Amino acid sequence: MDNATSEQAEPAIIARGLVKRFDDTLAVDGVDITVRRGSITGILGPNGAGKTTTLRMLLGIIDPDEGERRVLGHENPKDVARLIGYLPEERGLYAAMKAIEAIAFMGALRGLPLADGRRRGRELLEQYGLEHAAEREIRQLSKGMAQIVQLLGTLVHEPQIVVLDEPFSGLDAIKQSKLEVLIRSLADKGVTVIFSTHVIAHAERLCEAIAIIAGGKVPFAGRVDDARDRIPAQVRLETSAEEGPWRDALPADTRRVGQFWYFPLPESGIEPLLRALIDGNAGIQSLSIERAGLHDAFVAIAGEAAAADMVTTPESEDA
Amino acid sequence: MEEISRKAGRLPLWRAAIVVARRDFLAILFSRAFIFFLLGPLFPIVVGALAGGIGAQVQSEALSADVGIAMPAEDMEAMLAARDELAERIGPAIPPFVELQRLREGEEFDPVAALEGREGRLAAIVTGTVAEPQLTAPEANIARWSGTISMIAATASRTEANSYPEVASTIVATSGARENRGRFQTAQSGMVLLFLLIMLLAGMVLSNLVEEKGNKIIEILAAAIPMDALFMGKLFALLAISIIGIAVWGVAGTVILSLGGRSLSEFANPGVGWPLFFTFGAIYFAMGYLLLGSIFLTIGSMAATVREVQTLNMPVTMAQVLVFFFASLAVTRMGSWFEFAAMAFPLSSPFSMLARAAVDEAIWPHFVALAWQALCVAVFIRVGAALFRKKVLKSGPQGAGKKRKRLFSFASGKNS
Repeated sequence: MDNATSEQAEPAIIARGLVKRFDDTLAVDGVDITVRRGSITGILGPNGAGKTTTLRMLLGIIDPDEGERRVLGHENPKDVARLIGYLPEERGLYAAMKAIEAIAFMGALRGLPLADGRRRGRELLEQYGLEHAAEREIRQLSKGMAQIVQLLGTLVHEPQIVVLDEPFSGLDAIKQSKLEVLIRSLADKGVTVIFSTHVIAHAERLCEAIAIIAGGKVPFAGRVDDARDRIPAQVRLETSAEEGPWRDALPADTRRVGQFWYFPLPESGIEPLLRALIDGNAGIQSLSIERAGLHDAFVAIAGEAAAADMVTTPESEDA
Repeated sequence: MEEISRKAGRLPLWRAAIVVARRDFLAILFSRAFIFFLLGPLFPIVVGALAGGIGAQVQSEALSADVGIAMPAEDMEAMLAARDELAERIGPAIPPFVELQRLREGEEFDPVAALEGREGRLAAIVTGTVAEPQLTAPEANIARWSGTISMIAATASRTEANSYPEVASTIVATSGARENRGRFQTAQSGMVLLFLLIMLLAGMVLSNLVEEKGNKIIEILAAAIPMDALFMGKLFALLAISIIGIAVWGVAGTVILSLGGRSLSEFANPGVGWPLFFTFGAIYFAMGYLLLGSIFLTIGSMAATVREVQTLNMPVTMAQVLVFFFASLAVTRMGSWFEFAAMAFPLSSPFSMLARAAVDEAIWPHFVALAWQALCVAVFIRVGAALFRKKVLKSGPQGAGKKRKRLFSFASGKNS
């Protein structure tokens, strides 16, 4: 393998045992994360779980007390600062700046000449249907529009890694949908996208991999499918009979919700169970095997308490 | 890899500082508030000039008191003639006489009643005769004018005309005493001006990071550029703004002074000469501004809210005044260890060195001082940025467990 191939093969981000304390509070406690180049990775966790602190350590804004990180092959993220775009959770722009100047300024901070920043900024605004906002001051824009301007400022220097902290927060449903498209298009171009969210649906739709953070720890990091496979598929059964010998075939942890029976798919498979139900005169109306959703996986991995702060669907966002 | 890293890494300090400085400079320059910033210091000058003019007129009117005279007609004539003769030679030290009454023989005049009646603006009344003049006045005016009245009476009593010999005069440009005093005054004036400018302008730096902290853009800046560059950019942007302000005020001040018939020739030539004195003045302003500004920026960056910054304003101003007093005291002790301490202490160094430029011809100490001040600016910025990273951004080890463990070594790549 030559150097170039070796660099491509190396993950975009590796973090091992990151620990961060703020005074006596242990904010992050041994986080391990690996992000493949060109992938979309979600950092999932409830508020206060340590998502932002982890991202800030990966970006080099703060240094970890313990552990190591490696970004695009460099131990110090500052050595590749121009290859990174970052949208912080708490959005901020200079209120008196014109949108196009704000985008160019953010590019200039990452080494992009101002003239190039303005040109690319106009292109990006046009792509996003916001060309009319280019010459308007940030304070004249709606909150959502200003947020998009900031996002475009994050991308204007064409980074190799884009880090977005709660990017969907504050956007209406249409802008959220547009942002999902944008994130996918970035990944299609080979850009590594890592974003934090407490909205599981975004991660479920977008991410190839996730890292679940709860209480400063990462109980799971890997592919979304692997997270779902942590809990067995659920069987949903509808019967015409209420009682009968077939009931003995149901697993002990079966739940009744409405007219449906729910229980985990037995390790022996569906066939022996199906036979027992038929022989026991259950009167099967319908039977389906449902793979666990990411929310269920999250609950199983991080626990009910952590899941309580999570939002399952983006519709509940402040649109 | 290192080459790639250099291009991919953060902007060099100076480039990042320019990006920040440019943004801040333009943001301030094109704000409406900048007009008020420019006009602000002109208001006190105009108000001061008006108030000063009115005050001077009032004072002059209040102080120009007349001396009344009531004597027999012959004595009166002699006294008035003597008064005019002396006033011609001595000038305003001889008070104007107001003729109150030419007394006939046996006629009396009551000066006490005339003064207590508070008529006109009489400050004293001379009665009696040329041979025996009588001065009636409040105690202070007795002390002020008794000698003068005595001299007028003596002149009036002479029968023959006075002759005054011509005094031959040789004019020299200056004298040692005058030059020293003049340079000292130039030093003091330069220091006061420098102090006022720095006090007016460096205070702005105190609240300069509040915007970034308030609108959370600090996160973007911290992720992209070194904090030192942010501090430097902000300081130099405000320095540039201040220089524009000073240029405008300087032109306005020169116009106002020249309209008032004042010029630099009223001041003694500074030791290093006017051109170098102005050059050093500008450089020491910049250094003083950067030195104080870097400290103010650090203090301001620790403040969480605008209210905190406002609360800090007063102690910070008092600290500035203390530094100025220190430097002012040092000027009175030129050549002593005290002056050396004031030149060495970074915050008072620009003031003391400007004073030295006014009184001493040597130029090399200024280069030493400027190098020292520049070093201190760099250290202050570095320390300020490090404090900001640690205390505000919470970077670096916090609290317990400060030892950083290396859990494993990455296989490849040489990284800084």
